[in-house]
Amino acid sequence: MSLLTAAPVETIVAPSVDFVAIMPVLILLGAAVISVVVEAAAGRKARYPLQVGLSAVAILGAGAWTVVAGSKSHFAVTLAGAISVDQATYVMWGILLALALVSVLLMADRVSEPGGAFVAQAAARIGSARDRTAALTATPMQTEVFPLTLFAISGMMVFPAASDMITLFIALEVLSLPLYLMCGLARRRRLISQEAAVKYFLLGAFASAILLYGIALLYGYAGSLRFADIAAVSQAGGRNDLLLLIGMALLVVGLLFKGSVGPFHSWTPDVYQGAPTPVTAFMASCTKVAAFAAMLRIFMVAFEPTSWSWRGVMWAVAIASMLIGAIIGITQTDLKRVLAYSSVAHAGFLLLGVISLSEKGVSSTLFYLLTYGFATIGAFALLTLVRSGEGEAPHLSAWAGMAKKSPVLAGIMTLFLLSFAGIPLTSGFIGKLTIFTAATESGMAPLVVVAMVATAITAFFYLRVVVLMYFAAPVPVTGGVDDSETVAVALPGAFTMIVIAVCAAVTLLLGLLPSAVIDLLTVHFPLLS
Amino acid sequence: MNGFPYLLLLLVIPLVGAVVVGSMKGAPVRTVKLVALGISLLVLVLAAALWIAHTPSDGGLQHTMSVTWIAALGLKFSLGVDGISLVMIALIALLVPIVIGASWEEKLPEGRSVAGYLGLLLSLEAAMIAVFAASDVFVFYVAFELMLIPMYFLIGAYGGPRRAYAAMKFFLYSFVGGLLMLASLIGLYVTSKDHLPGGTGSLDWETLKSIAHQIPESTQMWIFAGFAIAFAIKAPLVPFHTWLPDAGAEAPIGTGTLLVGVLDKVGTFGFLRICIPLLPAASSKLAWLIILLSVIGIFYGGLLAAGQTDLKRFVTYTSIAHFGFIALGVFAFTTQAMTGAVFYMVAHGLATGLLFLVVGMLTQRGGSRLISDYGGVWKVAPLLGGMFLIAALATVALPGTSSFIAEFLVLLGTFAALPGWGVAATVGIVIAAIYMLWIFQRTMTGPVRGVGVLGSDSDGESFLPSVPLPTTSGWSAGSVDHDGHGDTVTRTMTIAAEARKRFPDLNGREIAVLTPLVVLIVFLGIYPRPVLDVIDPTVRSTISQFQGQATDDVTVGQTGGGK
Repeated sequence: MSLLTAAPVETIVAPSVDFVAIMPVLILLGAAVISVVVEAAAGRKARYPLQVGLSAVAILGAGAWTVVAGSKSHFAVTLAGAISVDQATYVMWGILLALALVSVLLMADRVSEPGGAFVAQAAARIGSARDRTAALTATPMQTEVFPLTLFAISGMMVFPAASDMITLFIALEVLSLPLYLMCGLARRRRLISQEAAVKYFLLGAFASAILLYGIALLYGYAGSLRFADIAAVSQAGGRNDLLLLIGMALLVVGLLFKGSVGPFHSWTPDVYQGAPTPVTAFMASCTKVAAFAAMLRIFMVAFEPTSWSWRGVMWAVAIASMLIGAIIGITQTDLKRVLAYSSVAHAGFLLLGVISLSEKGVSSTLFYLLTYGFATIGAFALLTLVRSGEGEAPHLSAWAGMAKKSPVLAGIMTLFLLSFAGIPLTSGFIGKLTIFTAATESGMAPLVVVAMVATAITAFFYLRVVVLMYFAAPVPVTGGVDDSETVAVALPGAFTMIVIAVCAAVTLLLGLLPSAVIDLLTVHFPLLS
Repeated sequence: MNGFPYLLLLLVIPLVGAVVVGSMKGAPVRTVKLVALGISLLVLVLAAALWIAHTPSDGGLQHTMSVTWIAALGLKFSLGVDGISLVMIALIALLVPIVIGASWEEKLPEGRSVAGYLGLLLSLEAAMIAVFAASDVFVFYVAFELMLIPMYFLIGAYGGPRRAYAAMKFFLYSFVGGLLMLASLIGLYVTSKDHLPGGTGSLDWETLKSIAHQIPESTQMWIFAGFAIAFAIKAPLVPFHTWLPDAGAEAPIGTGTLLVGVLDKVGTFGFLRICIPLLPAASSKLAWLIILLSVIGIFYGGLLAAGQTDLKRFVTYTSIAHFGFIALGVFAFTTQAMTGAVFYMVAHGLATGLLFLVVGMLTQRGGSRLISDYGGVWKVAPLLGGMFLIAALATVALPGTSSFIAEFLVLLGTFAALPGWGVAATVGIVIAAIYMLWIFQRTMTGPVRGVGVLGSDSDGESFLPSVPLPTTSGWSAGSVDHDGHGDTVTRTMTIAAEARKRFPDLNGREIAVLTPLVVLIVFLGIYPRPVLDVIDPTVRSTISQFQGQATDDVTVGQTGGGK
């Protein structure tokens, strides 16, 4: 019985650091810091190209490092066991960076919304003279979104690699705080954007507190913050299980909140709706990857031995999430909210993969995150193009007759929607196939049937958009915020064009020939810790 | 892969054709139509060549090909045809050019292009052929779902007034079925791991067939449930049928013909292809349920058909009744009944295809789908009336038409195994005669009347009752109540002549489109051997494999119990 490996030590020894393994995180953190300096030091004109270039190079560099180190199987548990870099970590990082790159490109676009999607002076009071002049003159967009994004990505990278509770919590904060700010940066409809930021911040703060309380209780139970120790202690048994169960519950609630899994999803629709669309795309793809990747590790490493105690609850959560997302999604009239509820339903599907607790479950969850992320970013990118006088026109009626106005846009949107619905030959189908297969193999066939029902319901609201685009006559927007405004489709700038093309290509390619990518994302156990 | 890749070409040609035709938006309409027709005829030639290359005596899969598709999951892209799928592919290849010919002058909704319509039609053809040519359950599923998309757009973009509603309903019904099927498919895949060497799952049809008897019955039941609901929705059997009248009624004529003529057969084909060979224990356990639904469908479809006011809905309800016969034949588990069922799938495609096209020509002229808007059409357009009569008689399975052979075989085979159900189903024939003759009488015979025939501007109602019956159609004398107007055969003649001006008879193109169907219906009604010879060996091997496995089950169960 080596229960107390973390026995008190006399002297503090500096932990060894495997720089090769954690270099991708360091690259991004370094870039984030440089980015702050650029923001302060560079001239107004130079900022935008510098920031975009720096972000892209940092993400590409980190990605390249991840690929090389991953292909060499350079695995390590480093920083005194705070971070584990194993095959799963590399896969998670790879997915995260791929999605982050596309999201950053979307943020950088300044063509479809002249001056960019972000407010020129976020600090200016809404409606004040200063605010109006800033909006009217459409000065170069505020580039502080780039350092914020880089910090958020760094946090997201650490989150699934964290191997003890404190690192997990810090990573969570590092990824969350920039996101709270970024939600409030919308150039148009600033009130709703700031409301989203405040809501997200308040609820997020509560979730963090709950998570932290859970961590405290788990420490009380196991006497250690490391995942592996918690697993070992709970396997040995003989301690106060109440602490374990409550601690686990609180911790998991915090994580489910971040993954916008119902019934902890209540922030999702408001925040998705209010945040600038590129930020929404970033949150919907990357935050989800980070949250679910972290859940994968925690469930697999820390809570696997006690799966008997929480599996039933997670079944219920998965069912709730799938049905909440599917059913409430039907009643939405704003496309951003529709996609938000769809993300809640998809979170439920993802949860099936997480609680499969198998190699296949982990691999299929990661594959699903990749496919879902690209389709989501693509859908939000298209959303930025449909505009009325007052900015984007996310109300569903704005999409009526889109197939006549812009057949290409309607066609690509249909592709993404079909992928969400899981129609064969799109990536979403392969994702569902792999995840449901893994779940069935783990004895969750009833959950798979519920998932099928939920998928059918979600198909209804995806199809409603298709019906609007193809079968309805274009009508002026009514009932939305922009009464009597005509809806126009903006020409995408180069960045948005690239984003849409990449997302569509990935969605098709992973639907037709997914084998190579599935192999690449296949995670072999054991996970290090 | 062995020999000439017929099946691959049968998929690729319509698919490439769909892309080519779909991108010809700027080209002259006539060119687009000719190209589409040419491609569909090419497919027909290829299907004919496939038929000739087929060895009828072999009941197994022929012209097989298999390529690794998703290696990570052990899934393959495999094609192959046996007798049953061959006749269905031939039916598709035959119907598509006919449908294109029939839609030649169809008025599309405003702003819709012919290129888009024909492109979707060709992609639908490719998907339908893929369903029947699939020899891997996964490929079958993918094609099954993909079939939805062109059909969804065909109904939703080119259909009647309630097209968006009908398209959505069609899609959701089929999609729900498809998802349950996906759950079952995953279940089958996972289960196959336990029974295959090496523990790798497979969805290859031949492989699954070889282990079908090892899967425990309780597992089979669950897997069967998912597949059966999917197929029951597609077929459609009665509690799952409500999408068909809407979809069929709102679909443009050509699409509706393919929907009722071919697409719905995927359901019964699925029972034959997947449920019975791969899940034999569950199939024999639950056969009673399918048979019950079938017989209910025969009556329910027939009675509702009689009560319809809309011509196209009427055709779809008659089809629901006929699908009852097909499913009954499949689940009676006798060679005769099953052969009859497969033959019925072809015969119904021909007969209902003809009926749907004739109804389409009628409604296109009259501008209304209501039965009450037509009367005495025969006098105005005798060729159209004649075709309607042939289609009606073929649908009620008059001896001498192909449907008769099919229905007779089904009933004969059912009597042998399940006499009670056989008797019940026979009563359905009487209902069929009633609804069919009644509708014929209402629309074709009697005085020339109705807005559909006379036009809405003519003051039809006021003088119609006074028009006396022509002596030629005395057998409908009881239908209209008259107080006689004295003179007037001449009066009738003038009305008919007036009506003829706005209600022309069939033109050369329409006759050319309908003739092949009529010829085939009569030919196969008199000499069904060519088709039966192809179907029979496959049905025999299906039945013998099913029975062999049923007995195997017992032995496996016993040895299993001993462990």
